[in-house]
Amino acid sequence: MDVSSHDVLLVGGGGAGLRAAIAAAEVNPQLSIAVVSKVYPMRSHTVSAEGGAAGVIKEDDSLDEHAYDSISGGDWLCDQDAVETFVKEAPQELLQLERWGCPWSREPNGHIAVRAFGGMKKRRTWFAADKTGFHMLHTLFQTSLRFDPITRYDEWFVTKLLVDEGRVQGVVAIELMSGRIQAITAKAVILCTGGCGRIFPFTTNANIKNGDGMALAYRAGAPLKDMEFVQYHPTGLPFTGILITEAARSEGGYMLNKDGYRYLQDYNLGKPQPKPVLRSMELGPRDRLSQAFVSEDQKGRTIQTPYGSIVHLDLRHLGEKVINTKLPFVRELCMKYQNIDPVKELIPVRPVVHYMMGGVSTDIDGATPLAGLYAAGEVACVSINGANRLGSNSLPECLVFGARAGKAAALFAAQQKVPNGSVLAQATDERKRLESQFLFKTGGRERISTIREGMQTTVEKCAGIYRDGASLAEGADTLRQLQERFADINLDDHNRTFNTELEAALELGFMLDVAESIVQCALHRTESRGAHQRTDFPARDDKRFLAHSIVHRNPDGSSRVELLPVKITRWAPGERVYGELSQTNEPPQAVLTRKAG
Amino acid sequence: MADKIILEVARYSPEQDTKPCFATYEVPVHKEWVVLDALNYIKDKVDGSLTYRWSCRMGICGSCGMMVNGEPKLTCATFLSSYAHNGNKIRVEPLRYFPVVRDLVTELSDFLVKLKKVKPWLIRKDTVPLSQGEFLQTPEQLDYYKQFSMCINCTLCYSACPVVGLDPKFVGPAAIALAQRYNLDSRDQGAVERIAVLAHPEGIWGCTFVGECTKVCPKHVDPAGAIQQYKLNAVLDWLTSFLMPRGHNSQDVKP
Ligand SMILES: Cc1cc2nc3c(=O)[nH]c(=O)nc-3n(C[C@H](O)[C@H](O)[C@H](O)COP(=O)(O)OP(=O)(O)OC[C@H]3O[C@@H](n4cnc5c(N)ncnc54)[C@H](O)[C@@H]3O)c2cc1C
Ligand code: FES
Repeated sequence: MDVSSHDVLLVGGGGAGLRAAIAAAEVNPQLSIAVVSKVYPMRSHTVSAEGGAAGVIKEDDSLDEHAYDSISGGDWLCDQDAVETFVKEAPQELLQLERWGCPWSREPNGHIAVRAFGGMKKRRTWFAADKTGFHMLHTLFQTSLRFDPITRYDEWFVTKLLVDEGRVQGVVAIELMSGRIQAITAKAVILCTGGCGRIFPFTTNANIKNGDGMALAYRAGAPLKDMEFVQYHPTGLPFTGILITEAARSEGGYMLNKDGYRYLQDYNLGKPQPKPVLRSMELGPRDRLSQAFVSEDQKGRTIQTPYGSIVHLDLRHLGEKVINTKLPFVRELCMKYQNIDPVKELIPVRPVVHYMMGGVSTDIDGATPLAGLYAAGEVACVSINGANRLGSNSLPECLVFGARAGKAAALFAAQQKVPNGSVLAQATDERKRLESQFLFKTGGRERISTIREGMQTTVEKCAGIYRDGASLAEGADTLRQLQERFADINLDDHNRTFNTELEAALELGFMLDVAESIVQCALHRTESRGAHQRTDFPARDDKRFLAHSIVHRNPDGSSRVELLPVKITRWAPGERVYGELSQTNEPPQAVLTRKAG
Repeated sequence: MADKIILEVARYSPEQDTKPCFATYEVPVHKEWVVLDALNYIKDKVDGSLTYRWSCRMGICGSCGMMVNGEPKLTCATFLSSYAHNGNKIRVEPLRYFPVVRDLVTELSDFLVKLKKVKPWLIRKDTVPLSQGEFLQTPEQLDYYKQFSMCINCTLCYSACPVVGLDPKFVGPAAIALAQRYNLDSRDQGAVERIAVLAHPEGIWGCTFVGECTKVCPKHVDPAGAIQQYKLNAVLDWLTSFLMPRGHNSQDVKP
């Protein structure tokens, strides 16, 4: 078997992966760094992020306020030490990106401009019009080109982590172009594979977001954290699931039900004002807005369409000029994909699966409990997002924790010996598995798309915006059956060259494992918090559940959920208040005295 | 609108075929469906071996470019219904002028080499610590290069460019526009370093100004404009090089 070797290996070339690669190269230019990505890095899903990236930069703002908004927005499930690190380093990272050429939108005097975002009490979201992720990713990619220690494996698909003597020592990957299956060994591996929205039928996530890294880690023995927390974004275009960014509401858009009424006023989110008010109405947090939609739907106040119920997002009063300068991509997407012009027409929207709060459990340096394995970006759970991520926190999360993981992995790698030969035997076994179970197998009876659709409807039904014990248990059963049927999969494609069907099958395998972990965590958490709403346990229960769900995979393939207390530094759990009250109340600061160190 | 449409799709597997051929599929037409949805329908329901790239389905990742009835298009942004009148047939082929890997997948490594060649990163002669804050840039200065920063690397412009077809070494529209994106950025000081690649027979002087690149660009980047602009400045540079000490050049003149 062919082998190549590096010191630090990145799986993923999105925002987190590229930031980590550059950080590792800067810490130690002697290291050899590999970026392995199943798509060309600039195709990674970071490219579609629209609204912006939060980081305190203006005089009227403070790190504590950003921390408080994130922690209360996350319904007190965030680790507060992680949040404090995050808010402190986010502005530095965003500035660093400015130095690398990111075309941030500016104020007339040339300083960085910031916009309001849901759940944030101050304006602190940096943006590059409404193509923030696109500009960040291309800036990172183009900048990475000048670092010689970085070797890219473009369009290589990682199938397995190689673990020996309790330490991750590389990966097995398929080079799509040739179909070659080979080992790439490394002294440290960082997973930056992004989220897993494709487990659900209706999502803003790209085709490549299949939870690969979560499954890779889980199978290798690293636990996942808080998998039950899946974010629905309140404004997706029906059918396509294309996201209409929250920036549309921060610029002043209204949410209207079928009667043209700003229904959010009925859900403890404040009183309607003509201009946007921070942490109020349309600028409430995403979990609350998506839940409000479900209630409106139950009251019969939504509009029925072939692609489900919808409400409207109204931007017309903003006028053509504001829409063209602040929200050009929103207009482009509406016109190109929905055939409507938001300058003159209402935009039909419905909640759509958007972001995974949970992920591979890491500390604030991106390290997982498995030696040599790191994770950063959406694949990881540090956790700064708790039970509900605030919009515009995840792009800076990719930068802050990507950079931290890159540095930590570089330091770790410098102290390790070259990976030992026994991982190569594992790699050969993996190649045989891929060939016998997929590539050369004939006679299977199941189609990929049938099982994939089965999984998607099951997960949506049992682990959607509202959940209950009975349907979760039923969902868990169905997923087990789908796992069995997956073993009987049939591929039409037995070519080695660019076999996208093989890739789709392996992604489906990853998604089934991740789906199971979501359902198991959701079953285990018998309370309601943030994005996890149990109709059979409607209240938050801090006594039992001010804790992360940690899910391990047992040797027999079943799972085991344990609880890990949340790290509280300075903000005692309180009620989440939005609307007028949040305007008058100062965030309760330093309720707890800070422990030394 | 017809409820079915015929897709003629170019198929080629180097392991099985000596040359490409067309396969014909009948697919349902829904008003919301784009060409990419039709390909996904075929792959999911009819033939899982059909091979193409896609990811975002929102016209921003740049993966899904193909020839649709002879024109380079992003298939996720091309509605089936706009071809419903066309004898109900759509022909889908890999992007022209690129080597074909398989079916609709083209080989991109050469494009990536060209991108890197133009040094598409911010070049500074000084190092300013982060503690000094951002480099100031007014909205007008941003507007000056913004259009050229919108390229999604979909390579449609390479498929539209007859010069690329004749001379594979030509750096090409997207890479030149990207170079100009940095040249025109008020924070960049690297225009001189990019001259060697750009002011070269395989750089801007290769372009015969057909302008097709600009016509097919789904993001209105206007590579042809970037090239013309650079040519003009390059001529000025050549003239001024007789007048001024070396190192000064008009590529560094920006608002
Ligand atoms: C439509 C949309 C809009 C958004 N807008 C915002 C916003 O305005 N602000 C904000 O803060 N956040 C936003 N987000 C969230 C944010 O964009 C993502 O959380 C973030 O970009 C994730 O980056 P990442 O680097 O973790 O992963 P990605 O960018 O998804 O990259 C994953 C990488 O992993 C690679 N990979 C995956 N699996 C494998 C494998 N098996 N083998 C090899 N490589 C693999 C892929 O090729 C890719 O390079 C948005 C998300 C969406 C979907
Ligand atoms: S799929 Fe991303 S541009 Fe078409």
